[in-house]
Amino acid sequence: MTKFIPIIIFTIMLPIFFVGLSRNKSELPSPLIGKTIPSFSLPSLLDPSITIDQKSINGKFVLFNVWATWCVGCREEHEFLMDLSQRKEITIIGLNWRDNRADALNWLVNLGNPYEISIEDKLGRTAIDWGVYGAPETFLINSNGIIIHKHLGPLSEEDWNGDFKPLIMAKQR
Amino acid sequence: MIPEIGQFALIIALCLTFCLGCFAFLGAHKDNPEYMALVSPLTHAQFIFVVVAFFCLAYSFLVDDFSVLYVASNSHSELPTLFKFSAVWGAHEGSLLLWILILTIWMVLVANFSKALPRPFISRVLGVLGVLNFGFLLFTLMTSNPFERIYPAPFNGSDLNPLLQDIGLAIHPPILYMGYVGFAVAYAFAVAVMLSGKLDQRWARWTRPWTTAAWLFLTIGIALGSWWAYYELGWGGWWFWDPVENASFMPWLIGTALIHSLAVTEKRGLFKSWTLLLAISAFSLSLLGTFLVRSGILISVHAFATDPARGIFILMLLCIVIGGALVLYALRAPSIDESVGFNALSRETFLLLNNVLLVIAATLILLGTLFPLVLEVFNGSKISIGPPWFELAMIVPMIPLILLISLGMNTFWVEQSTHDLRRKLQIPFVLSILLGLIIPFYFYGKVTLLLAVGSISAIWIMLSSILPLIKKCQSSSGRKSLNRSIFGMTLAHFGLGCFVFGVTIVSAFNIESDQRLSPGESIFVAGYQYQLRDLKNIKGPNYEAVEAEIDIYKDGNFLTQLRPQKRTYRVQKSPMTEAGIVAGWNRDLFVALGEDLGDGSWSIRIQYKPMIRWIWFGCFIMAMGGLIAITDKRYRRTKSLT
Repeated sequence: MTKFIPIIIFTIMLPIFFVGLSRNKSELPSPLIGKTIPSFSLPSLLDPSITIDQKSINGKFVLFNVWATWCVGCREEHEFLMDLSQRKEITIIGLNWRDNRADALNWLVNLGNPYEISIEDKLGRTAIDWGVYGAPETFLINSNGIIIHKHLGPLSEEDWNGDFKPLIMAKQR
Repeated sequence: MIPEIGQFALIIALCLTFCLGCFAFLGAHKDNPEYMALVSPLTHAQFIFVVVAFFCLAYSFLVDDFSVLYVASNSHSELPTLFKFSAVWGAHEGSLLLWILILTIWMVLVANFSKALPRPFISRVLGVLGVLNFGFLLFTLMTSNPFERIYPAPFNGSDLNPLLQDIGLAIHPPILYMGYVGFAVAYAFAVAVMLSGKLDQRWARWTRPWTTAAWLFLTIGIALGSWWAYYELGWGGWWFWDPVENASFMPWLIGTALIHSLAVTEKRGLFKSWTLLLAISAFSLSLLGTFLVRSGILISVHAFATDPARGIFILMLLCIVIGGALVLYALRAPSIDESVGFNALSRETFLLLNNVLLVIAATLILLGTLFPLVLEVFNGSKISIGPPWFELAMIVPMIPLILLISLGMNTFWVEQSTHDLRRKLQIPFVLSILLGLIIPFYFYGKVTLLLAVGSISAIWIMLSSILPLIKKCQSSSGRKSLNRSIFGMTLAHFGLGCFVFGVTIVSAFNIESDQRLSPGESIFVAGYQYQLRDLKNIKGPNYEAVEAEIDIYKDGNFLTQLRPQKRTYRVQKSPMTEAGIVAGWNRDLFVALGEDLGDGSWSIRIQYKPMIRWIWFGCFIMAMGGLIAITDKRYRRTKSLT
């Protein structure tokens, strides 16, 4: 009977590929959408003596971006984030995830810092509370501190105009 | 005209592989010598037609025939000639053709070097490979034809991806594919033996050299890829845990397990069904690697949407090749291994542990690779779960593995007395602890726990891998029994020791510094002075670049000048970093240009990388060990086999 195990495992894996092929690009639902942001308390990346918690996010629309220097996708979206922060369309908060402090600071100095607030999550605990699968991930948080959208992978102008902006417009109207 | 000849040659090759499959299986089944006599000529014939097709495509590249769609999308008239040739395998269609070419090369080798094996068996092996090649040829012709014409022909091509315009990446795919496809031979041997049902120790002896040959190419291929990433990506890292790298690393781990389990099957007749399963898995992972990851099927959902037929075809192929073999395994693998016992302390035990740990490592990587891929298929975005996870998943099975290697190599088959083993390993063990602590402390002034574990086990492997050789040389009967297998084993494990040492030292003492420099300024990093002399705009054949001249001084003496570049390729407009590197056996100095900061100054990344060459040097030694092992006399003894 044990000899059937390999073929059983393979049979289980196949449908994943098949489903993946037939399905179109769709959103991955996050249980956090529509909920208040999880509470946290973490040091600031720029100055570890300052502690930042969820209260600093309240009161306005905020883009919460999870990134790390080891992540290629983050490098890809960085230019767009810089652009976005210079246009001053929204406040961007960065969560530096499971990274080396010195590397992260170098990154911000050399490539520019799009974040109004930078948080350091060295052990990745907060990222788990937020349900982060990997970097980069971006959350849109409204003025009541509720997560209204989550984006997986590098953020682009197209995603911003197509997915984020309409949500912000709708709320402001 | 030439592209049409190429396409026609592929169609003929397709027909030939079909005939090959029919005659091979019918001949073996009915024991018909006339049918089986056709197998070898058919193998050679399909090889010749694939070679013709391959060179027709290469010719189209060399003469800039942009009326061929594949040439137009992957070449440009200004592309240097060498890269015009390597552009043949620069994208999906051409790499598929390269894959097929290499499969036929292996088939011809099997046909020529296995003349002494039983006729029905070798017919089945070539039959399996022929059917496999039939599947891939059909796939190429139906969904990925590299010879497709485009009308009207564009005036010029859209150029080869600049990342691929490099000598390292030009030779990397053929060697890597030699490894990937090489496991098809072990796979075919496994399927053939399950069909005929007679798995004995001779089977393991026939399979071993082919497996080791595939493994050694894969080893060199992976090392080349890592070396390329190091100097071309501009980050100074040598391994990034991205899906493409993982795809080559998984079959390597399983292939390594297979080599060791084949040794047990050959010498002791044990682990038979396990060996079969590993042989199937090694090739399955190679397939998964090349077709789900490398050709971009799972990476980019968009490429897929343009041609859904391609993906469905690949899945059907995977289904037949992997699923078919696993069903055969479930039905025909020997159910109970013969009851040859072995002691708890014996080489068998250690090799079993080796296998378990290698399979665990490969499984963890598979999970880490597939998880984001699956997510991406659902969601269409690129995310990475990151090196921290993979590093942890690697360290857990690898540390016990490298500690056990030394014990396994110095243990006898069947039974080993504890006392004897302890006496043999006492001195090397103490010596490696001392050296493992002293060397990092003396040269780099620091020892931490993980570093100590790494350097001690590296020296432990190096010392104890030489022991069996020394032991044999001490007695005259031992000297007589010295063979290339033992030399190969010693060398391969010694190479692994070098590799582990390099990895340990470079990850502990790597110094990295991002600096802002204007011409004339200089800075110190790790005892070396770097002075930015000048910045120049230069012109390459198909790119423009900013080149920095950086002088390096050590203790006030001029050492050398480095010229890192930041290139912009004219056609594709993508920027590329060409790092400047001073290589040395004990350290590399690495300088890469970052961004133009506007006021005439540039951000420059400077890195000091101690012992990094040992990583690739170690891999090379490992591969050489494999090469020596496959030239062992007992694989060439032909008469006594039948």
